[in-house]
Amino acid sequence: MFGLLLLVIRRDLMLAMRRRADVLTTLIFFVMVVSLFPLGVGPEMDMLRKMAPGVLWVAALLSSMLSLGRLFSADHLDGTLEQMMLAPQSLSMLVLGKMAAHWMVSGLPLVLMAPVLGIQFDMSAEALGILIVGLLLGTPILSMIGGIGAALTLGLRGGGVLLSLLVLPLCIPVLIFGTGAVEAVSTGLSVASHLSLLGALLVLALAFTPWVTAQALRISME
Amino acid sequence: MLEVSNLACSRGDHRLFTGLSFALHPGQIMQVQGENGSGKTSLLRTLCGFLMPDEGDIAWNGSSVSELQEEYYAEMLYLGHLNAIKDELSGLENLRISAGLSGIELGEKEAIAALRRMGLKGRELLPTKVLSQGQRRRVALARLLVSDAKLWVLDEPLAALDVAAVALIEELIAEHLARQGMVIFTTHQPLQVAGMEMRTLTLTRAGSGSRGRSA
Repeated sequence: MFGLLLLVIRRDLMLAMRRRADVLTTLIFFVMVVSLFPLGVGPEMDMLRKMAPGVLWVAALLSSMLSLGRLFSADHLDGTLEQMMLAPQSLSMLVLGKMAAHWMVSGLPLVLMAPVLGIQFDMSAEALGILIVGLLLGTPILSMIGGIGAALTLGLRGGGVLLSLLVLPLCIPVLIFGTGAVEAVSTGLSVASHLSLLGALLVLALAFTPWVTAQALRISME
Repeated sequence: MLEVSNLACSRGDHRLFTGLSFALHPGQIMQVQGENGSGKTSLLRTLCGFLMPDEGDIAWNGSSVSELQEEYYAEMLYLGHLNAIKDELSGLENLRISAGLSGIELGEKEAIAALRRMGLKGRELLPTKVLSQGQRRRVALARLLVSDAKLWVLDEPLAALDVAAVALIEELIAEHLARQGMVIFTTHQPLQVAGMEMRTLTLTRAGSGSRGRSA
């Protein structure tokens, strides 16, 4: 079972490496959106520091939407998805592998880039640390919830916009607790509650989204 | 053994066929015939579980395939209109990954041997986007060589293939049948398998819907 998981992750990472442009566009979009705010708002440190977590999280949310459409569509178009559904192993496991690879390609680079961008907002080292922990817990959830939307909108024309409309509302809790943690640390409160809630969401997503996505894929294939 | 009983299938509001029953025993081959739009592909996709039949049941060795699920998938191989190969990957990588997905650990040597037998010598390591349509089809068909599935469901396997490749596919099918395998396929090109009785299933339009006639 884990063999299949690793096979799918390796395959998707290999494909991403051969199509580097796709990976870079997501990351560059993230960097651009975040960098626009200090330029637009001006060098008012207090205001920037206050809005930093929100801006970084919203930008991460939007850029993760950008790459979601590709999660299943390429495999759908060339028939690989059909073959995956005929694999004599659990489709949920396979879907989990695809989500994990999607996160490594489009989520993890954002997490690694965030501290550099945080400096533009004059964030303290402590706040940056919590931001990274929050993003590490939160971005996989975005990939997993997004997977459900991607599976449901598979093969639809204009599915990209519909996908965002479906998925963005579901991501609001992640946004709230992610930014909440950073705000808590800058006001000197405990961050444990926010991070535990993010962790709980991650566990819930791990348990249910692959299965739901697998069912949605079966419906979309009809 | 594959048993289909009283199968009915529709796409949208359109009834494709009703009351379709047939059985396919080990060592048998069946060609599904019918004009365009008569439901050949839909029948094969229903056998794969992509489409839910309106009525009727599909059984594999006596149990319904909707209950068997993965057990059934382990014993069947489907080759559709789409090649299911990735342009960015080489023929070798494509073959090894698709074998891996169907649960077969395929070594590099075996994969190269399979591709060579499909007439792709010297092209194993090229990304498949630089191959011709027929060569890509050959990469997809190489899965037949490395699979241990009992039931082959082939939708237009000969599309885009040249004469030599068609002869090769006929040879592969004959070998598979000799191993007590089963084949159900559609084609618009003649396909002859030496020494085997070819059963045909004709989907025809009659009145409100089509009926399948198995000969």
